Amino acid sequence: MSEVKDIEILIIGGGPAGLSAAAAAADLGASVLVLERDGKLGGQLVKQTHKFFGSKKQYAGDRGFQIGDLLIGTCENNSKVEVWSDTTALGIYEDGVVTAERDGKHLKIKPKKIILATGASEKMIAFPNNDMPGIFGAGAVQTLMNVHGIVPGKRVLMIGAGNIGLIVSYQLMQAGVEVAAIIEAAPAIGGYLVHASKIRRAGVPILTSHTIQEAYGKDSVEGAIICQLDDKWQAIPGTEQDLKVDVICLAVGLSPLTELCFQADCQMKYVPELSGHVPLRNDYLETTRPGLYVAGDVSGVEEASSAMVEGRLAGISAAFSLGYGKDLAPKLQAEALAELSELRSGPAGQKTLQGIRKLMDKGEALC
Amino acid sequence: MLNKTGIPTAEDVKTVTPSQERLNKGPVAIIECFQKIPCNPCTEACKQGAILPMQDINDLPKMNFDNCNGCGVCLSRCPGLAIFIVDASYSATEAIVRIPYEYVPVPEAGSEVVGVDRAGKELGTFKVEKVQSGGPKNKTYTVWLIVPKEMAMDVRSIRLGGVRHAN
Repeated sequence: MSEVKDIEILIIGGGPAGLSAAAAAADLGASVLVLERDGKLGGQLVKQTHKFFGSKKQYAGDRGFQIGDLLIGTCENNSKVEVWSDTTALGIYEDGVVTAERDGKHLKIKPKKIILATGASEKMIAFPNNDMPGIFGAGAVQTLMNVHGIVPGKRVLMIGAGNIGLIVSYQLMQAGVEVAAIIEAAPAIGGYLVHASKIRRAGVPILTSHTIQEAYGKDSVEGAIICQLDDKWQAIPGTEQDLKVDVICLAVGLSPLTELCFQADCQMKYVPELSGHVPLRNDYLETTRPGLYVAGDVSGVEEASSAMVEGRLAGISAAFSLGYGKDLAPKLQAEALAELSELRSGPAGQKTLQGIRKLMDKGEALC
Repeated sequence: MLNKTGIPTAEDVKTVTPSQERLNKGPVAIIECFQKIPCNPCTEACKQGAILPMQDINDLPKMNFDNCNGCGVCLSRCPGLAIFIVDASYSATEAIVRIPYEYVPVPEAGSEVVGVDRAGKELGTFKVEKVQSGGPKNKTYTVWLIVPKEMAMDVRSIRLGGVRHAN
């Protein structure tokens, strides 16, 4: 019979949301344990070499990896925060026990509160030969280049002109790799236009209303056939182009990593604006399972700046529910809520706001 | 069209361009930010009272060109690399365009580089007047280019050099 680890707040995921949650809860006095599947904390922040948007409160102007270092440092220097890296959470059970795996050992944890900050995973699209060597997810390209210092190839076709597609294209060029084109099936660029302009003036064409028809090559990618789409998203015959590339990079969106939410029996809803199935939650990010909070992309795919604020909000709320920060917590909660609505108040945040309204609308079917 | 190609149109650029009179007076920031996104480091960077405080963090930056002294702090702080400094008072026929730069190799002062426009189209070979490092934390370089005056509102980057992983 293995020992059960008791902890006040268990945070699953050590990315921007999880680390912000850990720091906020520990600052109010709660004891926190962070589980991280990877060997190193920081989540996707460690690969982000560009400067972040937002305001000073979300470290705007600093580069993603610098923000990651800052958050990691804050948690490592806080005696109230314990970190288990290389540890994968496996399940959340009815009696409140959370199980995890590390070094082949089955671990049991009994937390008073749980914050799920598991992030998101990359989507895939269907086209002939999409399983060929040389076809990467954008996250893999970032890991190869920015963590391991290895370029994925010589000439890249980027699929998707959202922020990830634009940023990874920029990083590829910074690494000396040629980007043949960025194609985007939608009629408009989805990411921030300042990122698009930066890449365009470096000479990379951004082709909206374009898709990939197939990849080809003998043993690995040697090229791709792309074509233009009409306003009904149908291929226009005769617009095919043959691009000689050895890498095709997919940046076609993210899905919230909600397996643990389903397994913990949180009420879930499919909300396209939030990029998939997400758990219902109140303003303070507590799900329908009492004591279980969510923060970051798992609660709806958004920018890292809002993930950090959500993490802080969930951390404060979980600590407050345990009796910490009696006077301070409500003020901090109000500040975090104000920051979130500020970040989402512009045109770029409308999709998220609409998604959250849909999520909390009682009229539709739940699963 | 900007949201289909990434290339700001002449009309877009017009909305952020100061008067010819102001351009001729000396260095001034041109903020080529045309989309409302939650971002305000430029307003915090400006100590001259030239970039006005935002009511809402999603507002587009607003400039008081008369207060701008072209110090360039905003240029190196903008996360979107969307700010340029133009000095049309440099000489009778030439202007200085300062651009943010984050590629390697960083060009050296005195060297010749190929200037490009917002679409990446080559506009000619220009001399690098000066290169400023953003420092170990900021890391964004500012490259000063000497360009013919009539190209001051067109040159916006330089052709990339350095290590290519192509054959």
